[in-house]
Amino acid sequence: MGRTMASKIWDAHRVAAPEGEPDLLYVDLHLVHEVTSPQAFESLRLNDRRVRRPELTLATMDHDVPTRGGRAAADEVAERQMSALEENCRRAGIRLFGMGSARQGIVHVIGPELGLTQPGMLIVCGDSHTSTHGAFGALAFGIGTSEVEHVLATQCLRQRRPRAMAVTVEGALPMGVTAKDVALGIIARIGVAGGRGHVIEYRGSTIRGLSMEGRMTVCNMTIEAGARAGMIAPDETTFAYMKGREYAPRPDQWEAAVASWRALATDAGAGFEHEVAIDAGRLEPYVSWGTNPGQSVPVTGSVPSPSTETDERALRYMALEPGTAMESISIDRVFIGSCTNARLEDLRIAASVVRGHNVHPKVRAMVVPGSASVKRQAESEGLDAIFRDAGFEWRDAGCSMCLGMNPDILRPGERCASTSNRNFEGRQGSGGRTHLVSPPMAAAAAIAGHLVDVREFN
Amino acid sequence: MEPFKRTTGVVAPLDRANVDTDQIIPKQFLKRIERSGYGPFLFYDWRRQGGFILDRPEYQGATFLVTGPNFGCGSSREHAAWSLLDAGFRAVIAPSFSDIFKSNGFRSGLLPVELPETAVRQLIDLAVRQPGIEITVDLESSLISLPARGESSGWEADFSVDPFFRECLLNGWDEVALTLRQDADIARYESTRPGWLPISR
Repeated sequence: MGRTMASKIWDAHRVAAPEGEPDLLYVDLHLVHEVTSPQAFESLRLNDRRVRRPELTLATMDHDVPTRGGRAAADEVAERQMSALEENCRRAGIRLFGMGSARQGIVHVIGPELGLTQPGMLIVCGDSHTSTHGAFGALAFGIGTSEVEHVLATQCLRQRRPRAMAVTVEGALPMGVTAKDVALGIIARIGVAGGRGHVIEYRGSTIRGLSMEGRMTVCNMTIEAGARAGMIAPDETTFAYMKGREYAPRPDQWEAAVASWRALATDAGAGFEHEVAIDAGRLEPYVSWGTNPGQSVPVTGSVPSPSTETDERALRYMALEPGTAMESISIDRVFIGSCTNARLEDLRIAASVVRGHNVHPKVRAMVVPGSASVKRQAESEGLDAIFRDAGFEWRDAGCSMCLGMNPDILRPGERCASTSNRNFEGRQGSGGRTHLVSPPMAAAAAIAGHLVDVREFN
Repeated sequence: MEPFKRTTGVVAPLDRANVDTDQIIPKQFLKRIERSGYGPFLFYDWRRQGGFILDRPEYQGATFLVTGPNFGCGSSREHAAWSLLDAGFRAVIAPSFSDIFKSNGFRSGLLPVELPETAVRQLIDLAVRQPGIEITVDLESSLISLPARGESSGWEADFSVDPFFRECLLNGWDEVALTLRQDADIARYESTRPGWLPISR
């Protein structure tokens, strides 16, 4: 009986396994941001405790940061939170890539792009989308602020071993279908609580065929299926992405590291408690119609008849009638951004749709790169010019309108095609209505002024 | 953390599935750097729409919330648990919780109680039909009970809680202090980590 990749990483990080208690696990990398950390640092101070391993901790600012006008554009409360992070990191000796740093960005974008995220690591952050880092074959999951404090003080966490679920996607992705649609298709299939209590391992030829960016999108959305962590076995695609990155293993360590990474893959014969098989050939570009990420249909479909009270509530909030063709739904805003879909590949594919077109006059559209580095690279390729020429706003890096903690929010009643991850009530602004889509679908919607099938769009 | 042993109080019903943490505490209230003061913003948007069930006079000062499955899904914000605690809640009773919310509840002193769907349905119905009704949640005996009174028959359900967190809650233990005692184990582990693992310097 072999072991799953998640089990191997778990076992390799077990500091102690007291009888009847949760295992004590060692954390290789703790990512910190301004919103979920201040209370943890405060509690350390009150208890006269120190940060055990500041050099295994990295901080950035992403949730609150304004995406234009610089730090001066932040409101007073956000500014207080950013200053608190600076002060906390200074006292503890934690490296901070704050506003203005060339390495600043969304925490789940910068970890991988700096090479800090590596196969076999145990990575945590006070943010549910930490599942993103599982794309490298790391065990990565979101934690609460009490756990942030625990990791700061001990570099460890007490956890019960989760169950294992395999989601296997086989076959070639049809034209116009992206990693985002794979994720939305999986959630539509297993539901928003389908992965609760599990780690999901994504397997199969479709997953192996995805770029690292695509794999990150799939793992990122794992939490929307209720699983705290999603992961993909590292392979040549992973190693090629990592090689030469700032924090990747040095040349003299590289071969040993790769050899250990190759051994991480789930053994033949290892058992999963649950297995789900998905045929990639049947996936389509998806659009969410409701107020959770499981409520989505192919863009060629229509708003379904409600089958539960939850559905009815969602339709009321979204102001949609059953039977309405998804493509007939007009939109006011477009957001291309977030830890789900704001990497260079996402911006390239969106720009390829936008090139030579103009944003619909009734639509306000914005692109928020996932990091300062993504922004620079996109500009060096001229992607910013394509977006600007078409009428998109080209912003600075941050979480922005994915959760609307900065000035980028929907007004009540506004309807947005968004590449982000959550269509919860009020998520992008109180009273705002979110339709989750892929980057090319968002780009096409910006031009058409309504939801539209990118495969038919020219 | 305040210990949780046995508490009696009003149970308030919120008959919705998949209540996400964005609803429990909307993002505009996450900019505070304190752990307290979130109570007034609990379910802010739903309350503002008017007619919200928890605003009915009978549910004021409620100690327990009984609600639908997958409560606390979405964002990891512990502010969701803090806002419930700050508003006076000591436990949430539901068929299931999101993994992160459940962990945050245990670690901040808000007891998450999982009961079978049918038992939750009975409790929601009781709380709706007899608003202001008081129940007792006893962590020591792992029992929720409503004593029989006059015409109404009693009701009870037993539950199970992770034994580690049960001990922590019963005693109000500080988990960080417990782990700091394992310093030797941690140091031993640290000496075995591969040399290529990154440091952020």
